[in-house]
Amino acid sequence: MELKRRDFLKIVGGSALIGGSAISALVEEAGIAHASPHEEHGHSAEEDHGHGHIEEASGIRWAMVVDMRKCSEQEGCRDCINACHYVHNVPNFPDPKEEVKWIWKDEYHHVFTDISTLDPYVPEHIKRHPFLVLCNHCDNPPCVRVCPTKATFKRPDGIVAMDYHRCIGCRFCMAACPYGSRSFNWRDPRLGLKGRELNYEFPTRMRGVVEKCNFCVERLAQGKIPACVEACKHGALTFGNLADPNSEVRALLRENYALRRKPQLGTKPSVFYIIA
Amino acid sequence: MYDSGKVIIGLVIFVAIATFPFWFGMGKAAPMPEPVIMTKGQKCVESKDYMRASHMYLLNVWRDQALRDGNRVYENKRGEKVTISLQNTCMKCHSNKEKFCDRCHDYAEVKPYCWDCHFVPKESKQWN
Ligand code: SF4
Ligand code: SF4
Repeated sequence: MELKRRDFLKIVGGSALIGGSAISALVEEAGIAHASPHEEHGHSAEEDHGHGHIEEASGIRWAMVVDMRKCSEQEGCRDCINACHYVHNVPNFPDPKEEVKWIWKDEYHHVFTDISTLDPYVPEHIKRHPFLVLCNHCDNPPCVRVCPTKATFKRPDGIVAMDYHRCIGCRFCMAACPYGSRSFNWRDPRLGLKGRELNYEFPTRMRGVVEKCNFCVERLAQGKIPACVEACKHGALTFGNLADPNSEVRALLRENYALRRKPQLGTKPSVFYIIA
Repeated sequence: MYDSGKVIIGLVIFVAIATFPFWFGMGKAAPMPEPVIMTKGQKCVESKDYMRASHMYLLNVWRDQALRDGNRVYENKRGEKVTISLQNTCMKCHSNKEKFCDRCHDYAEVKPYCWDCHFVPKESKQWN
């Protein structure tokens, strides 16, 4: 007899209660994720060289550069968010507890926690504008490390992808992601699409799975650029291959000083912010 | 014993009603499903016989190939290349899910959860 996802969940839930092993695993992994700043030296010996293993398998390392100089000029602009959420049928639930989001805006001091706490002299005009945030497609993604089913995994081109067929909704990955980049579908996501225009090329999700930005893998497969980048009329978003020294992203990073979020955690995000 | 006659009649009636579905359907099988293919003149990705017997196997292989290996092209036995996609390849042709997929799935009591996420424009009108 075929075991359904939901039946499987029940069994897993039951055994987790009995064994408690899953919970201790979560605590352990979360511990590792948060302890990493203190372990930085231990880590750096083997693997901490930025995007060191870029050329890994495919010679491609997808990344995004957000130019906040251009983005913050467009107050209230949501073109990128709307495009992404339409293309991926991301449901709309206004209650923050049920909210599902792939790309959104957040306040400076939520986005750059370390810098804002360490440096009170960051100019006010920089702190004033909301920052665009999404999954960072980390080089060293803690969400992938803790996922018990390998539903979330890192592709050879660096994209941290989701296989919704395998997600059992345990939300270990949400606990592990230091950027809050993942959303859980508490409700049937189709309820959040009522009356909305749908993209019939892309599926929805079902209740009980985690979702997040996928760097538009389905569009990259067709030779297109991510929907948010395409939608930004002001050129604030640039997408490209970090492994290629001649790529646009590399040129931007060469010519500007860019920040990454929470660098002290050692996750090595692939989303870069040009601040000023 | 009082009213034993009534009790026995009552029991007989109860047993008759409770077992009604069994003896009523005796000797008769549920009618064979008759799936309707609406698209004409197009060939499926593999032969009819293969699809009939193994579409579920093919879809399983497809989903891992497309999503996990990032390989979204399938070469069929005729040497043609097909885009791997339930929603964009299969359902574009078999746009009448109710009369095609559902008829057999209902008959066989198989409830694939593909449709919890993948959708066809027509059916989505019911929930959107
Ligand atoms: S930002 Fe969060 S969800 Fe995205 S790869 Fe990094 S740890 Fe995983
Ligand atoms: S919620 Fe899904 S993706 Fe996240 S850790 Fe659990 S199984 Fe993996």
